[in-house]
Amino acid sequence: MQSMGTSEGETASSSSVNEYDASEDSPDTYNYRVVRQFSVMTVVWGVVGMLVGVIIAAQLTWPELNGGVPWFSFGRLRPLHTNAVIFAFGGSALFATSYYVVQRTCQARLWGGPLVGFTFWGWQVVIVAAAITLPLGMTQGKEYAELEWPIDLLIAAVWVSYAVVFFGTIVKRKVPHIYVANWFYGAFILTVAVLHIVNSAAIPVSLGKSYSAYSGVQDAMIQWWYGHNAVGFFLTAGFLGMMYYFIPKQAGRPIYSYRLSIVHFWALIFTYMWAGPHHLHYTALPDWTQSVGMVFSLILLAPSWGGMINGIMTLSGAWHKLRTDPVLKFLIVSLSFYGMSTFEGPMMSIKTVNALSHYTDWTIGHVHSGALGWVGMISMGSIYYLIPRLFGRTQMYSVKLIEIHFWISTLGIVLYIASMWIAGVMQGLMWRATNPDGTLVYAFIEAVKATHPYYTLRFFGGLLYLSGMFLMLYNMWMTIKAGGVVNAQIPAVKPEELHNAPPIAATAQS
Amino acid sequence: MADFFNNGWSLFVAISTVLSILACFVVAWLQSRAKIPPPVNGVVESTGHIWDEDLRELNNPVPRWWLYLFYITCVFGMVYLILYPGLGSFSGSLEWSSSNQYSREVARVDEVSAPLFADYLSKDITQVAANSEATAMGERLYLTYCSQCHGSDARGARSFPNLADNDWLGSGDPAYIKNTIINGRNAVMPAMAAAIGNTEADVEAVAHYVLSLSDSEHDPSLAEAGNAKFAVCAACHGPDGAGKVLVGAPNLTDDVWLYGGSIQSIKHAINNGLNNQMPAFGDLLGEGKAHVLAAYIWSLSQPAESTPQ
Repeated sequence: MQSMGTSEGETASSSSVNEYDASEDSPDTYNYRVVRQFSVMTVVWGVVGMLVGVIIAAQLTWPELNGGVPWFSFGRLRPLHTNAVIFAFGGSALFATSYYVVQRTCQARLWGGPLVGFTFWGWQVVIVAAAITLPLGMTQGKEYAELEWPIDLLIAAVWVSYAVVFFGTIVKRKVPHIYVANWFYGAFILTVAVLHIVNSAAIPVSLGKSYSAYSGVQDAMIQWWYGHNAVGFFLTAGFLGMMYYFIPKQAGRPIYSYRLSIVHFWALIFTYMWAGPHHLHYTALPDWTQSVGMVFSLILLAPSWGGMINGIMTLSGAWHKLRTDPVLKFLIVSLSFYGMSTFEGPMMSIKTVNALSHYTDWTIGHVHSGALGWVGMISMGSIYYLIPRLFGRTQMYSVKLIEIHFWISTLGIVLYIASMWIAGVMQGLMWRATNPDGTLVYAFIEAVKATHPYYTLRFFGGLLYLSGMFLMLYNMWMTIKAGGVVNAQIPAVKPEELHNAPPIAATAQS
Repeated sequence: MADFFNNGWSLFVAISTVLSILACFVVAWLQSRAKIPPPVNGVVESTGHIWDEDLRELNNPVPRWWLYLFYITCVFGMVYLILYPGLGSFSGSLEWSSSNQYSREVARVDEVSAPLFADYLSKDITQVAANSEATAMGERLYLTYCSQCHGSDARGARSFPNLADNDWLGSGDPAYIKNTIINGRNAVMPAMAAAIGNTEADVEAVAHYVLSLSDSEHDPSLAEAGNAKFAVCAACHGPDGAGKVLVGAPNLTDDVWLYGGSIQSIKHAINNGLNNQMPAFGDLLGEGKAHVLAAYIWSLSQPAESTPQ
């Protein structure tokens, strides 16, 4: 299937699609095969994961929809939704883009031989295993780390292979400097390996059941050390790697500030490690641990915003492109959501705010402004950039459809997070309202009743977002149908370009 | 101190935390001072590196406002850790703790409500039930603490008694209700299959006899056979099956079934016995709230005229 192909430059001018020269997948080309595989699966798993999300949103609105079937009930499907969107959709997007970016910015083919294919097929097996075991109720009961130990072992094997392939390629690079996107991808890969292995340590009692190696409050702390860094490294650092490649590429503009990228990179990866305890405010976790978690969560605000500023300011001098280019819209708006949720996060980590927001749907809204807005949109933008280049087309089958996808996603996100904000603050206020005699003003069920309309609104928000994903699937399918596999030649390295390039004419900060 | 094995750990935590905040500060400060070639004619230079044909980085300085934002959060963090617990076992200069905060809030409410409860406690439960303010409070307490099992309308569910129907397993006496709330109840019916003959036919027969007591649908000939075997059941449920308050054995003649009235449910009870528990709420609620709750629950099953609202 790799026999037909050509370098990118040639297809760019070719409108008749089936005339490729035979630039076969070889040591002289980049490995686009694995990038293609992960890119296509990103969209497929995106549709699946978000569909499950919409189903459980509907079940919260209309509980009888679970039909009394245990494996179709909220408790079983909710972890399936989170695992599918984070690890299947987000994970595939990270694999696809990191493999593409590391090759092209190192001018080296992916290193590691069969390990490359193993990371793809291994990861798909993990996803399918998750889709079977979670509805069956097999779970370690740790949020975002539900999968049982045999699957955990496979994840560890795939992840270590991923690290070997990625860092092997970095070592083999033909250019002297490591591009900033690769710092972020590298930090993400290393840290997730550590997080996964430590948090998943368990004592198996059977093939489908194990018990955590930790107990009590230590177990909770390790779980949220893992949980928050899954957000910080899987859902942030990795996607910032994406941002640092696809935004300057799509905008045709240089990165705004090298200095800023250094400070915010080191500050971000250092500070995130401390933030986990804010998930355990006002629990059995000692007060000092909660305070330290809160303080570092607040310090995290500036490092997070550093990434947003660097991305958005990269557009200086190219703002007009936002009007016409829906891919750029996805990329830039994702950064706005990133900025918004990384402001909201530190605020919610303040104990006083947390006392109101904790356990309410505000948290769900916060997560989704990050997940739908930041992670989802930056992935969609990046995959829209990749698909034509991987299948020998100059652009997607329909740019108009990308535009529509962008607008219905944005509308969907706004409906989703606005309804969850209102619902969450309302729940927090109702739960804490007391009469002068100390009794609660509202029974729990009254808060549930009051939340119902917002659940309905959220369902429609999610439905819009999912519809956008179907458009993307269709658009991708039509693009692939019109194109064919291509393999780009690795260009020769021109040393003078790498070391003493003349300063480019660029406008100062606007 | 209690959070650490020894002072060494406390010191380790405190020092690492302070050093880490300082490190954030220093990283930002160093980069803000890095020498950057000044823009020429308003044009900022790139770093000179190129990746993947056209990827470059400009040498713009770190934005000032961003830098100050970073500094402010670091300073806030240090101040917070001086005021509140965070640096190892140092409890913070405000001496705040989450358990203190909880105690203060509870004490604040208790101060307001103590006289109110003292007033209610001085009255008989039936008198309290006649006070609409008290029953409104009782309802709120009920919805907070009891509705999870007994339902929002107090009509119960399988295994959870209906509190609104004036059919009591024990007694409907207000003091009995209050005692149940404070101390909880344990309900045990032993497995009776062996005692009544231990064959499936015997169990079937007794089950039909039990159903016949309340005139529920049953097989008369089987019930006739079961009648003789019922003697061992009568020890608790009474010879007529009307139950005994003293042992909390339910009345079997009234067609009210806590564990289901189907032939299968009754056979299951005979074969396996039953275990049920209502937890004790005394420590959680205190006597005042239990008193008011008992009044509310008692009022639910009283004819309307005896509980003016």
